[in-house]
Amino acid sequence: MDYAAVVIVEVFYGISVLVLISAGLAVVFGMMRVINLAHGEFITLGGYAAITAHSLGVPIFISTLIVAPIVVAIFGLVVERLIVRFLYGRLINTMLATWGLSLLMIGGMTMIFGNTTTGIPTPISGFTLGRYQMSGYNLFVIFMAIVTVIIIYGVLKTTRAGLIARGAMQNPEMANAFGYNTSRIYMLTFTAGAALSGLAGGVMAPLVGLNPASGANYIAKAFITVISGGTSVVSGLLSSATLFGSVSQIVTFISTSVVGEIALLIAAVILLRLLPTGITGRFLKGRV
Amino acid sequence: MKIDRRKFVAGTAAAGTMAFLPKMAIAGETIKVGSILDTSGIFDLYGKPMDKAVTLAIEELNAAGGIAGRKLEKVAYDTQSNMALYTQFAQKLTRQDKVDVVHGGILSASREAIRPTLRKSKTLYFYNVQYEGGVCDRNIFCTGVTPAQQAEVLVPYAMEKWGKKIYILAADYNYGQITAKWIEHYAGKAGGSVVKTDFFPLDVADFGSTIAKIQEAAPDMIMSALVGGAHLSFYRQWAAAGMNKKIPMASTTLGAGNEQVVLTKEEGDGILLAYSFSKELDRPENKVFLDKWQKRFGSTDDIHELAVATYQGMHLWGAGANKAGSVERDKVVEALESGVSIIGPSGKITVDPKTHHVVTDVHIVEVGDQKMNVVKSYDQRQPVDTQAVCDLSANPGDTTQYEIKI
Amino acid sequence: MALLPLGVDTFTLTVLCIYALLGLSLGFIWGFGGILCFGQAAFFGLGAYAYAIAAINFGTPWAPFFIAIIFPALIAAVFGGMLFFGRLNDVYLAVLTLVFTLILYKFMNVTAGENYIIGKARLGGYNGIPGFETLSLPWDPSEYIYGDSLFYFSLSLLLLVFLGLRWLLKSPFGRVMIGVRENELRAELMGYDVRLIKTAVFAIGGGVAGLAGCLYANWAEIVTPNLFSLGQSAEVIIWVIVGGAGTLFGPILGAAIMGYMKFLLGQQSLIDNTLVMGAVLVLAVLLLPRGIFPVIADRFTRKTGRERTTRSRSSRKRPTRKRHRRREGSNEQ
Repeated sequence: MDYAAVVIVEVFYGISVLVLISAGLAVVFGMMRVINLAHGEFITLGGYAAITAHSLGVPIFISTLIVAPIVVAIFGLVVERLIVRFLYGRLINTMLATWGLSLLMIGGMTMIFGNTTTGIPTPISGFTLGRYQMSGYNLFVIFMAIVTVIIIYGVLKTTRAGLIARGAMQNPEMANAFGYNTSRIYMLTFTAGAALSGLAGGVMAPLVGLNPASGANYIAKAFITVISGGTSVVSGLLSSATLFGSVSQIVTFISTSVVGEIALLIAAVILLRLLPTGITGRFLKGRV
Repeated sequence: MKIDRRKFVAGTAAAGTMAFLPKMAIAGETIKVGSILDTSGIFDLYGKPMDKAVTLAIEELNAAGGIAGRKLEKVAYDTQSNMALYTQFAQKLTRQDKVDVVHGGILSASREAIRPTLRKSKTLYFYNVQYEGGVCDRNIFCTGVTPAQQAEVLVPYAMEKWGKKIYILAADYNYGQITAKWIEHYAGKAGGSVVKTDFFPLDVADFGSTIAKIQEAAPDMIMSALVGGAHLSFYRQWAAAGMNKKIPMASTTLGAGNEQVVLTKEEGDGILLAYSFSKELDRPENKVFLDKWQKRFGSTDDIHELAVATYQGMHLWGAGANKAGSVERDKVVEALESGVSIIGPSGKITVDPKTHHVVTDVHIVEVGDQKMNVVKSYDQRQPVDTQAVCDLSANPGDTTQYEIKI
Repeated sequence: MALLPLGVDTFTLTVLCIYALLGLSLGFIWGFGGILCFGQAAFFGLGAYAYAIAAINFGTPWAPFFIAIIFPALIAAVFGGMLFFGRLNDVYLAVLTLVFTLILYKFMNVTAGENYIIGKARLGGYNGIPGFETLSLPWDPSEYIYGDSLFYFSLSLLLLVFLGLRWLLKSPFGRVMIGVRENELRAELMGYDVRLIKTAVFAIGGGVAGLAGCLYANWAEIVTPNLFSLGQSAEVIIWVIVGGAGTLFGPILGAAIMGYMKFLLGQQSLIDNTLVMGAVLVLAVLLLPRGIFPVIADRFTRKTGRERTTRSRSSRKRPTRKRHRRREGSNEQ
């Protein structure tokens, strides 16, 4: 019985990790039809920002939850102005340019931080669940995933800024005609997506050994989750993360972690074969 | 010939004061030492200090008068952690640069990629890395420790301390698979048992389900042969769940790339390791070595097991070549097979003529306060794993890498 | 050895030829078939592995040589068929091809155990498969094709494939294929089975990539799961982009230039190599979205006269038209 509870917590944890590492990509893809292949490196950069801030004496929760998103948001802003804005409407070209950016960032981070694996200790101690000892930080990750989803939903659905942004994405000419500066809206959306990636990096930092090439561990999963979810930001993200997170965690418990990962990939192949435009391309159309 | 301790120290100490000679100053008849290492990309954590070790050893050998009166010159290529570049640069080293010896290779895959090339071109090859054992080839010398050398001392020691039920976690490739077998072998020999063995590909970084499974199995101790940056997450997640207080752990791999510095005191303290080298090793040769490294490169923080093995591999080759009075492959091999030994930072290193592996001291090390503190030393351990399958004096034409059947 | 001043030996030239073949395979299906495959490395790796496994089992090189072309082509046909008959397009197609190569990569990485064995060949996991029989003269098995002769062999195969694909593009099939790229709906209304045509194009691309993989296995004398990696897939795309999609010669040029650059970068340690590769890709997309070759071709035409103008104009139009189409497509969603 205890074991079942452990499995359930781990499944929710698996889903939460997918939500966190995909959120930034989902916002940028869902709103702007831009796929940022440097997303994994944005997360890594968030991790490095948190670690650096922590080693300079900033309290750990401020480093991971505030410093990391801000640093990556600023970086995202620069990237948007220098590279991405020239490529709007050219999906494939943005993918390639951001792929280049990802290589550039790996190289840059290697030169700055060195190629050693670093990390910060976990700030929350473990707890007991029946006979089992579990990581308290896992619960924190689940909590942060819920908070992230609520924030995205809240901003898009209930604020005026969210409304304008959604309008501008659906019909840029119309938004322009109403006097909204679409270029600025695009810029802010990309920056917000970068901030979410930075947050993911900060939250994940105490769990993993971080090195400049860590991003590769995130990008494929995030990419697959977001594309399979389809273009609706929140419902797409939630539905595909739930599906893939449960599949991979349950298979991992039954078998090994590799089989779990392969199960996730096969689930993605079957899903996209059946629903060629992702889950929300078929169901839940038009939702946020 | 043996280089005795005094001569080694005196000869190498001179290197510290040696000025850098510009390349032009070295006469045309230099001996070319090929070095082929990943000094960029994901494995540069291992490769960079190894590259420094090659540089330092060459400077020392030159300061001591070179080999047979000829100076040494380093010809190095960066393989960028890309296996394809290994074959490419090995071809370049043998065909264009025509080097006299090649030191290098980090992953077993990289060694297997260049071993045939070097054999075909009759270029002597030194592989200076802790690896899974079993390579049986007269053209290669493997100067790193092998799993049996580590497990043979570590497993009984840890079992005596903690208990008989072992749970093994290992990286899912040759090294991990073979090391896991040796751990099981020595556990059985000491009257213990392995409750379960889990293998993880090198990019797995989430160990939540594994930690639950380990608790389900309730072992007395964990033996880890996990490798690389992603696997480092295990130690962190293990400590985050508070498990490090409950089930103790020993490892054959932690620390080979100075990982103990990345983990915090709380996460790393108490983990047992077995290596031929530790910076904390209290021996005069080690002090001299650390001093020289400090003078030459400014900091000893990056020194690790593989860098020291490289440094000793270079000197072992130098001793062999000096004994042969030449760098010609066959003469050096014959000289080394006659049982050359040196005293390096980790102690006495002797070539085992039958396997071309080394007899070396092994130390049980306990991680404490981010340092590797030596708790017990074992003198002159034989490479028994490779000895069980390989006899080059009987079959000099052998070129296989044997997998050890237990 | 006239190329020695460049610091290149035939051994390096051989791998540049192999990369060029791989680039050509993607250039063909992407530039002319309109299929963006993010996992071309899958077929490259399958070719290499098919050769290594077959060579260990048969002990002779030539049957494995053909298996290494046919097997990836078959897999590409089956996998491509599944995608195209499911009407997958655009980025969804890209992500599935990426997933395909990731599955192979992950699977090959966990095959270190003793039970992963095909015939006599151990798959070897992360360390890959070394020590298989390499190509030799069919009439004299003791005469190995390696070094200079492997270079000439690869070069002639590259030339052969290049001419073959050019001929194919001029054939009726090639015209239909380009028609499909330009407008799928129109091609369909004219009675062509778009799904079948795309599958065929994909399979041809898979076969060419497999051939490149087979030559690679012979060149490196070892195959490892890294052939299937994300990085390998990325590199192919970079070659095509830098050289110029929509031409056959562009990808060859791109592969040769980038491969050579990587080789040169390996000989210095001043600046991080990954950083340079990334910067080149970003700049290429921003400044030369059509690639190097079309620009050179234009320059050349302007100087030498009118006879080539028609061709270069059409090659100039292609990317623009495609870009336009993409924009429409993304608005529809």
